[in-house]
Amino acid sequence: MQSALTIAGRQFRSYFNGPIAFIVLIFSLVLLGVFFFWWPNAFFIRGRVSVRELFSIIHYTNYLTIPALTMGLIADERASGTLETLLTLPVRDADVVLGKFLGTLGLYTIFLALTLPYPFAINTLGTLDWGPVFTGYLGLFFQGSALIGVGLMASSFTRTQLVALFAGWAIAIVFAAVDLFLPLVPAGLTTPLEFISFDYHLTDFRRGVIAIRDILFFLSVTAIALMVAFRSLESRRWK
Amino acid sequence: MSDVMIEAQGLSKNYGSFAALKDVNFEVRRGEVVGFLGPNGAGKTTTMKILTCFIAPTSGSAKVAGCDVFDDPMGVRKAIGYLPESTPLYTEMLVLEYLEFVAKMRGYKGVDARKRIKKAVEQTSLGDVIAKEIRALSKGYKQRVGLAQALVHEPDVLILDEPMSGLDPNQAAEIRGLITEIGEQRTVILSTHDLGEIQQTCDRVLIINRGKLVADDTPEELRDRVGGSKFRVTVQGGRSDSSKIRDIFGKIDGVHSIRERASESDSGELLFVVSPSKSEDLREEIFRAAVKNDLVLLGLRRDADGLQNVFRELTTGEGGSLPAKKSAKKSTPVKEEE
Repeated sequence: MQSALTIAGRQFRSYFNGPIAFIVLIFSLVLLGVFFFWWPNAFFIRGRVSVRELFSIIHYTNYLTIPALTMGLIADERASGTLETLLTLPVRDADVVLGKFLGTLGLYTIFLALTLPYPFAINTLGTLDWGPVFTGYLGLFFQGSALIGVGLMASSFTRTQLVALFAGWAIAIVFAAVDLFLPLVPAGLTTPLEFISFDYHLTDFRRGVIAIRDILFFLSVTAIALMVAFRSLESRRWK
Repeated sequence: MSDVMIEAQGLSKNYGSFAALKDVNFEVRRGEVVGFLGPNGAGKTTTMKILTCFIAPTSGSAKVAGCDVFDDPMGVRKAIGYLPESTPLYTEMLVLEYLEFVAKMRGYKGVDARKRIKKAVEQTSLGDVIAKEIRALSKGYKQRVGLAQALVHEPDVLILDEPMSGLDPNQAAEIRGLITEIGEQRTVILSTHDLGEIQQTCDRVLIINRGKLVADDTPEELRDRVGGSKFRVTVQGGRSDSSKIRDIFGKIDGVHSIRERASESDSGELLFVVSPSKSEDLREEIFRAAVKNDLVLLGLRRDADGLQNVFRELTTGEGGSLPAKKSAKKSTPVKEEE
């Protein structure tokens, strides 16, 4: 566990040694601003003191931005060869995967913290119900961690960051867009398909409800993705 | 702990249908510096990756510092310092930051970690660049960071994949000196293409070709197998003196044959190549014979490419063969005197 935390710390710092973290953070915040204030329905026209739209927007931008944060996690180390230096230290492969995951989760938490001015600003315009703010953030935290897991898994398959990015997006879009296809599928499939939709599991969180079922869903996706990443990292030994 | 620090038994590795290693056996003892020699793609790096538990062999087994690569990879990793090929480092980090990371990953904290980093930095003379970003360093310095990283925990076994490639001669000499120094107390296994390197730093040479180990001996003994090293003797004299001089050198004990090299006509110099029957340093005898017979010795040089011939012989053609292999496993390292 100590090694995992050391790796997480190094990963977190290395984000800020290069441009990627800054680009992604700024891009996410700009995107959030654009969607929140102007398009498709502007905050001031809505005229409601609510964070629901805010959380909905962040949940969508996450699909776009998180794979960009995770694309290099393993792919880049593989391409530059540092994976070999890292994995020949006395460290378990599982700790490497966990460390990389936690490092990115740390950066994502910073991003969430940077959006805090929104609820505070909204609060000045009326009385904001802080319960859903808390649960909304909790939901986004879990959704983010699931996406980081998925992105890390994509990064573990390849040595090319761009491939990892597109693979990450490809998997993320399944979780993101499955909602849109629900009207088209036979009735029997609606429920199981709806169950893998991230948005579906975030609905309760946005309403101010913490449902164990939703937490378990996101944790399961995270765990499965990390497990696959671990196996994929380990497979180098037998190839 | 036994004296054998690295033990490879029947190592084989297949990448798909390609056999990168075929039944490789060798031992390396404490305090030995062993050179791993072979053409590109012969299996040197594969062997090192197996010894460091980065990949697993398809069959066979290996033990490093008494730990099995299958049963106790953590034990192996704790015992080794490894510098992979082309020195991959986190280039965006500062040198100190990177060494701190490695020390922490190896479980050292606080004062202990700082002491160890300080020692590794001193050993590799990194003091001047400690606060620089690794990506800003020259190749030689990067290599030293790679070495420092491998030395932080004072490992029993040091595995270095081409530690000298891409360095200029001065840098190479420094790294070589460092390796020799480290090799006095620890076991070092290093791979290289550079035969001169091997002769200067290694107690023993393993030559690998197409995944097979084709030689395991001291550099001296390897030279022996292709007739040992030769001596180039330049003597003042004209054509007519040729056979007389040949007789004089021919009488020296231990001389196997003498060839005269065609020199420019009437340059007043004659060049002979003297081959000893065993690997023996005959320079003194040649000198004395020349003095005794009143010959003017203009040049006397031991031919350095003895190993090159061995290398060429063993690594060209299918598999390569061993001329008169004496013992399957040469155990006691003979320090080469040069």
